[in-house]
Amino acid sequence: MTATAADAPPPDVRLTGRRGVELALLVAAVLVAVLGYVDVGIAKNGAVPPDTAAYGAGLGGLALLAHFAVRFRAPYADPLLLPISVLLNGLGLVLIYRLDLETPHDRAAPAQLIWSTVGVALFITVVVLLRDHRVLQRYAYLSMAAALALLTVPGFFPAVNGAKIWIRVDAFSFQPGEFAKILLGLFFAAYLAANRHALAYTGRKIWRLQLPTGRVLGPIVAIWLLSVGVLVLERDLGTSLLFFGLFVIMLYVATGRIGWIAVGLLLAAVGAFAVGTLEPHVNSRVEDWLDPFASIRADRGPGQLAQSLFAFAAGGTLGVGLGLGHSSLIGFAAKSDFILATAGEELGLSGLTAVFLLYALLVARGYRAGLAQRDPFGQLLAIGLSSILALQVFVIAGGVMGLIPLTGMAMPFLAQGGSSVVTNWVIVALLIRVSDLSRRPGPAAAPERTSTVAGGTP
Amino acid sequence: MPRRPDSARRGGTPTIRHAAVFCLLLLIALLVNAARVQLFETDTLNANPANRRATIVRYAQPRGDILVDGLPVTGSKDTREQLRYERTYLNGPMYAPVTGYVSQTYGTTLLENTEDSLLSGTDPLLAPFPMWHDVTRGQRPGGHVVTTIKALVQRAAYEGLGGRRGAVAAIEPATGKILALVSSPSYDPGLLSGNSPSVTETWTRLNSATSQPMLNRAIRETYPPGSTFKIVTAAAALDAEVVTDVDAPTDTPDPYVLPGTRTELTNSARGCTEASLADAIRVSCNTVMADFGVKVGLDRMVSTAEKFGFNDTGLRIPSPVAKSNFDTSMSEDQLALSSIGQFNTRATPLQMAMVAAAVANGGELKYPCLVDRTTDADSDTVDRNLPRTYHWAMHASTALRLQRMMVAAVESGSGTNAAIPGVTVGGKTGTAQHGVRNAETPYAWFISWAQAYGSAVPAVAVAVVVEDAAADRSEISGGRSAAPIARAVMEAALRS
Repeated sequence: MTATAADAPPPDVRLTGRRGVELALLVAAVLVAVLGYVDVGIAKNGAVPPDTAAYGAGLGGLALLAHFAVRFRAPYADPLLLPISVLLNGLGLVLIYRLDLETPHDRAAPAQLIWSTVGVALFITVVVLLRDHRVLQRYAYLSMAAALALLTVPGFFPAVNGAKIWIRVDAFSFQPGEFAKILLGLFFAAYLAANRHALAYTGRKIWRLQLPTGRVLGPIVAIWLLSVGVLVLERDLGTSLLFFGLFVIMLYVATGRIGWIAVGLLLAAVGAFAVGTLEPHVNSRVEDWLDPFASIRADRGPGQLAQSLFAFAAGGTLGVGLGLGHSSLIGFAAKSDFILATAGEELGLSGLTAVFLLYALLVARGYRAGLAQRDPFGQLLAIGLSSILALQVFVIAGGVMGLIPLTGMAMPFLAQGGSSVVTNWVIVALLIRVSDLSRRPGPAAAPERTSTVAGGTP
Repeated sequence: MPRRPDSARRGGTPTIRHAAVFCLLLLIALLVNAARVQLFETDTLNANPANRRATIVRYAQPRGDILVDGLPVTGSKDTREQLRYERTYLNGPMYAPVTGYVSQTYGTTLLENTEDSLLSGTDPLLAPFPMWHDVTRGQRPGGHVVTTIKALVQRAAYEGLGGRRGAVAAIEPATGKILALVSSPSYDPGLLSGNSPSVTETWTRLNSATSQPMLNRAIRETYPPGSTFKIVTAAAALDAEVVTDVDAPTDTPDPYVLPGTRTELTNSARGCTEASLADAIRVSCNTVMADFGVKVGLDRMVSTAEKFGFNDTGLRIPSPVAKSNFDTSMSEDQLALSSIGQFNTRATPLQMAMVAAAVANGGELKYPCLVDRTTDADSDTVDRNLPRTYHWAMHASTALRLQRMMVAAVESGSGTNAAIPGVTVGGKTGTAQHGVRNAETPYAWFISWAQAYGSAVPAVAVAVVVEDAAADRSEISGGRSAAPIARAVMEAALRS
């Protein structure tokens, strides 16, 4: 029950666990991160950082605990998911530590290590407690309600840097939109899995576009519009773009109607144009994107995007070397939204390509878990979660490199930000869980359809 | 292999693949965009003036030093700030006309400017394997600039001026090496090094000061050369054979009526009526020399002046030297005045030192130069300036006769204050009128050269100008104000 039709593996592929491979890759990932840490210390201070051993032990310990959780509770899971996550998280810690050296009064790496620990702890919790992802289908509406609640709450808190996406209590701050994306992805997966036939085959046909009936499509569109609307009100454009893309991709995967993509793109263009022209906060971002150097000509100095482009350009092909760049010139968001600029400057196009390929591999492995999954909920869940990663990487990387207008978002695993790291670990845990089921040999026949999600089915 | 129910095909598979392709396209867009920024737009982005990286890298390591007599007159101070190393100077005001400043706020000047790539370590000469350096992007330590300046000579000139407005240039005639370059009053370039508010304050104060301390009077300011220009006129007259016997009386009256006008030109010296060329140089007769200028004619006067360096806009030592002027189209009365260093004739102190050096060096004028050689951080020479001929300014025989006349001017003429016992010294005074109707305090000039007995080559050629507005007008003359400074400079050069 491990391979799907179009993806039939050659018979000699071992479908037993590849935990040994995973362990070896994990050792390599931790080594790369520790060497990066040492490299930064030598480049900046001429000495190995005194806490290298602690850092290595911390990261290695986390990786080992996660590995044991997978080894004993999800032995058939994809062996690449965990090492890639550890490598990206470790690299993020190195970059944040490196930027901390430029801002001695504002150190973010220790907090990031604590958040990573929390993230891995959640990862282990999910892998250990969630024996079968299909259980989650039951909580579809609960997660939808929770997602909407999480999205609404920050509206009652003051805006931070122009976006009302934070819940702040004392020094503790939390970005609920990050969590909401998992819950919403889960709801979409459950609803679409339950209603995909109705969505695909019923309803009126306009030209070549088969529309589903309003009764089926209505609720999900409403939920989606609500979440995107709230996000727009809160000026969290990155996340609204992410939800939009997620919805379109999942709808397409569930129904197989190309028309949805066309409709989605059209709506996206209209919406983006409207928001971009009307909303001043967004409008300035769009103007900045169209001409990143306008502020320089106006004698106001380079803006963040211009500084980011300078950083990437300084990196060139091979980069200036860890610790030797000047991406701290970007200013306050250097460790969060713009962390990729540090990677681009100090690791160069080659390093950046490697980072992108790591993300691509992570997404591909998630897709693979989805492909190999027979149960449509599991399929959609894996595709949804992987697409979240892909879209998020595209939105933020495209933003800081001037490909699309900048919207504040966190580079998965790399950027400073507690909610982000924790969320991404949960996403990987769910992917591990799905992949374990899809690669598990034996008679674990997944029900092809379930009807646990009520409503919508005609 | 377990069986694969047909139902597994339904629903997702092809659409999942399409979605995967979409994600792949996103990734490709990112990679293409990354290549655009990091490969194709790097040059524009790196060159953007708002990009501070070049400045940060430039100040990230100590700058190479400028050396006088083998010892650095510069240094670097680690500030631990973003622009990390700041320039420091030893005897800053004394060497400012040589070094210039390197300021994180206001850029660089003089040697700090012309030798910047070497001092800051970016000069390709410093990289033995350029390709490898392009790959590793390692920063090379800055090289050093060894100047031709002699500390003793520089100090004698600086202390000789004693804060009065003026300048001194001293050259080794046989090589063109500049031994001293002083401008007074001066400033401390170290005060401009950083980027603190005090730097801005100092900058404003220095720029608004009436004494113009940042003006490099030795190479960037021109003065009417007055009677010191008579050496050029005499060289032209001898080369053109307008005079063949320097001791033969001329037919010049005193006063002399400028050709085509009724303006009378007089002398401050006595005995200029029908004086010979030798006497005219010795006591400095305006009338005789003005008449020689007219007799030589505009073309030959211009060509001689230009062989000495006048009208050269491209003279560099390697800092650019202001153009010294001798008009190329003039009426005869203007030519007469120009021939005694008045009218539009203007010269930098360095230019007049070149005139003295050409005479002392037998007519061959060497290209003046301030940099002896440049080295890498380990003091291994990367480039050396060899003496080269600028022009043959006059016939060797003309130079010999001028040497004798200049020696006479020091021994028994207007320049006795420059005499050094036991040394052959030739000199020429100058008192340059300027201002409307010559109302302002004249500039005191003295140009000279010195050769130790028994030495094959002259040790030094000097030009001194003092623009001392505070002094009593009658006191100002090349012989009284400038000659003692020239003597001190020559003595220092002979000692070192």
